[in-house]
Amino acid sequence: MTVDIAIILIPFIMAAFIPIFYRQLSKRLIGWFVLVIPVSLFLLLTTYIPRVSSGQTLSNTYEWIPSFNINFTTYIDGLSLIFSLLITGVGSLVILYSIFYLSKKESLHHFYCYLLLFMGAMLGVVFSDHLMVLYAFWELTSVSSFLLIAFWHHRKASRAGARKSMTITVSGGVAMLVGFLMLYVMSGTFSIREIIANIDRISDHTLFVPALILVLLGAFTKSAQFPFHIWLPDAMEAPTPVSAYLHSATMVKAGIYLVARFTPVFGGEIVWFWAVTGVGLITLFWGSFNAVKQVDLKALLAFSTVSQLGLIMSLLGLGSVAIHLGYSSETVIYTQAAFAAIFHLVNHSTFKGALFMMVGIVDHEIGTRDIRRLGGLIRILPLTFTVALIGSFSMAGLPPFNGFLSKEMFFTATLKITELDIFSLDSMGVLIPVVAWVASIFTFVYCLIIVGQTFFGKISPDILEKNPHEAPIGMLISPFILIGFVVGIFFFPNLLGHYILQPAMASIYPTFPSTEEMTPHISAWHGLNTELYMTIGVVLIGVTLYFLLKRWKPIYRIFPQKLSFNVLYERVIGFGENFSERATKRYMTGSLTHYFIYIYMAFVIIAAGVFFMTDSFEWNTKNNAAVESFELILVFVMIFAAIAILFSNSRITTVLLNGVLGFSVAFFFVVFRAPDLALTQLVVESVTTALFLLCFKYLPDLKPEKSTKRVKFTNGVISLLVGATVSVIGLAVMNYDKFESISTYFEDAYNLAGGKNIVNTILGDFRAFDTMLEVVVLFIAGLGVYALIKLKAKKGDADIEN
Amino acid sequence: MKINDVILRTVVKGVVFIILTLGVYLFFSGHNAPGGGFIGGLVLGSGIVLLYITYDLETIQSKMPFDFKKVAALGVLLATGSAIGSLYFNAPFLTQTDGYFNIPILGEKHLSTVTIFEAGVALTVIGTLVTIILSISEDE
Repeated sequence: MTVDIAIILIPFIMAAFIPIFYRQLSKRLIGWFVLVIPVSLFLLLTTYIPRVSSGQTLSNTYEWIPSFNINFTTYIDGLSLIFSLLITGVGSLVILYSIFYLSKKESLHHFYCYLLLFMGAMLGVVFSDHLMVLYAFWELTSVSSFLLIAFWHHRKASRAGARKSMTITVSGGVAMLVGFLMLYVMSGTFSIREIIANIDRISDHTLFVPALILVLLGAFTKSAQFPFHIWLPDAMEAPTPVSAYLHSATMVKAGIYLVARFTPVFGGEIVWFWAVTGVGLITLFWGSFNAVKQVDLKALLAFSTVSQLGLIMSLLGLGSVAIHLGYSSETVIYTQAAFAAIFHLVNHSTFKGALFMMVGIVDHEIGTRDIRRLGGLIRILPLTFTVALIGSFSMAGLPPFNGFLSKEMFFTATLKITELDIFSLDSMGVLIPVVAWVASIFTFVYCLIIVGQTFFGKISPDILEKNPHEAPIGMLISPFILIGFVVGIFFFPNLLGHYILQPAMASIYPTFPSTEEMTPHISAWHGLNTELYMTIGVVLIGVTLYFLLKRWKPIYRIFPQKLSFNVLYERVIGFGENFSERATKRYMTGSLTHYFIYIYMAFVIIAAGVFFMTDSFEWNTKNNAAVESFELILVFVMIFAAIAILFSNSRITTVLLNGVLGFSVAFFFVVFRAPDLALTQLVVESVTTALFLLCFKYLPDLKPEKSTKRVKFTNGVISLLVGATVSVIGLAVMNYDKFESISTYFEDAYNLAGGKNIVNTILGDFRAFDTMLEVVVLFIAGLGVYALIKLKAKKGDADIEN
Repeated sequence: MKINDVILRTVVKGVVFIILTLGVYLFFSGHNAPGGGFIGGLVLGSGIVLLYITYDLETIQSKMPFDFKKVAALGVLLATGSAIGSLYFNAPFLTQTDGYFNIPILGEKHLSTVTIFEAGVALTVIGTLVTIILSISEDE
């Protein structure tokens, strides 16, 4: 048991303990208890920094299902270390913040349980080398996000937002799974590192580009890229700490992680370059453009997150060009885009986390987030104002904050790319810096809106009546730590660049010899160049637009509401619901006979079909044992009982005849020396009889069925077909030799599994996976019966849903 | 109408012990002889059901104050837990091990981790069986 797997498992273990022990803890303490986990994990992860920054990577494999090559491989390199530090670091701050943010009346144990579940899943995503394990953790982040968005599940908007985010991210996840399977088909391995090592072998495969697109779909839905961004604003129904954590700092960056991780695989393709860059730039523009018109501070921040994610995404796209060009001293300059991407990713987590916490404080103290009702709060919340000012100006790209540095690098990267003449960049390339610049203007405008309309102007009288005051110190610690980083990174960017960002470059560009070369020296003053002029232009035009906001805001009404992506989403979901309802009603008739027909027909078609198609219906009696006379007697008893059931007219008779069948089968087991099966059969028969007796009092009298001749005939044919299939397969299987016999394992049971009872070694060892899952299924079935009987809605009961 | 079931009650009092003993015996004998977790669980479960049928729900519940849903849940936890447990010993998922141990008084005994797994199976079977029968019989 080594440390790296423990890092992933500890949040899960703690999440499992919370529901059990939360009653013993007071509501005040539970948050502090949970806080210990991310803080200690963060400290533990910082000890990896020296090793990773010296170029080491750490990997450990834990065998899980080795026969299917499914192993739990943890892999810590520069890229995963950055993400894990963000996950645990921001996680610690968010939990500290929520201790003060959430009222003690909330169901805190659920909240922290889901949050830890998310943390573990997210750490699993970034530490997994195995694609299937990564996928499982990936979907688990979607599930925990769903639970957290619907935390206030009594609100309709929360449930709708949770469902929307789940639908979109999980659909993308399934697309990604298909992409992963294609990668497996091409490369024969699920390990990301092995795929990267053998990239030459697979890049000409016909499935390569489809796999690329499918993997990108997963990344784009998760990272809320255009046009899948619509789930993120609705996800703001979650409690604000959750928005700060999942929907700005970590989960939405999983898509970025995926793109960065797969850059060495797909990076050389023109499709990848234009898809990642193009979608990123469109998202950047569309997000910032829409953020300006929002009136809810959280919705504004949501669109701003969408836009910033687009920025990071487009930078990764720009950086992928270096893979296409291959390594040389001229091309290494293009890797700076990817460097800027990771740099901005860290910066974005700091300032956006702080801004979300700021909005949480405003909401908590004032009671509204609507900027039309806010204003003049600088007098009431001076400390919160500081957070808002620093966070917004960093996001707007102003010095002396870290956003300025990464924004300048972004401009540099967009300008540099226009010098290339591949990928039809000589014609289309000029659009890249233009879109980036226009989007930055809108970013500047909404940053001014956040600060200006919340903290300046007049205080509305109804706010003053409530006599609001500054937030408690506990809620201010976390945002202040974050803005401390915002300022600190500006003054010491190369510390971060050298120790944390540089090793990540080796993960994105594994074929490039030196990470030293790919790490630019970040300096705040880089001369009077185009980038600086661009920034000055952004500021001048941004300020003008902000003051003329009322004049040009009507342009947002040009876009009709009917054509938005939200309406499209509602249409698709509505159609899907209607269609599946109609389709389901068509075959779920509520008649048991129908269901049996489906089951039996499927059985006959598949089982008999396979034997028929492979031409396996051949048997001879050479290998069969002789038939004894008492066996024949048993067979006739069973035939008689089976036919008699059809003509019985009371339930007791039916049950008894059924029992005759069951006990005769048990007899057969005895005759054929299978005491385990005989015992089981006998006890099952007894229990079934008890169950029947219990059920009798609820059943009406047995009435002769009224059905047409045709129905009777069809049912008769189906029964005969089923009987024939079972008998013929039973006979034919003795001579079936298409597969190798596995009975050698069972015969050697004592040596292989340490038991002399073959039946039990099969159950407990050879096929233990089946047994384990059957146990789970049995339990679920039991709970299902319990729930159906105990929890059924009483007549006239209120609908719980709404 | 009150059914006079003195004979049933008297017989069951003795028989239940035999059934429960048989259940435990079957559970432990499963390693090398007929028996095992599933069948042991079934026998134990049907013994308990027999008690419920003979006496009324309240009497048995006051003597056996288990929540059988939790018994089943504990079983699932044991079965999956023993499967995960092998990972802690650097062995693949679901690996079981066994060995011979010299225990005072009992002498040399063959012990195996698969017993934990089988105990999980048995508890799930008991819990689910009793839960289903109780919930159907309690239904109004």
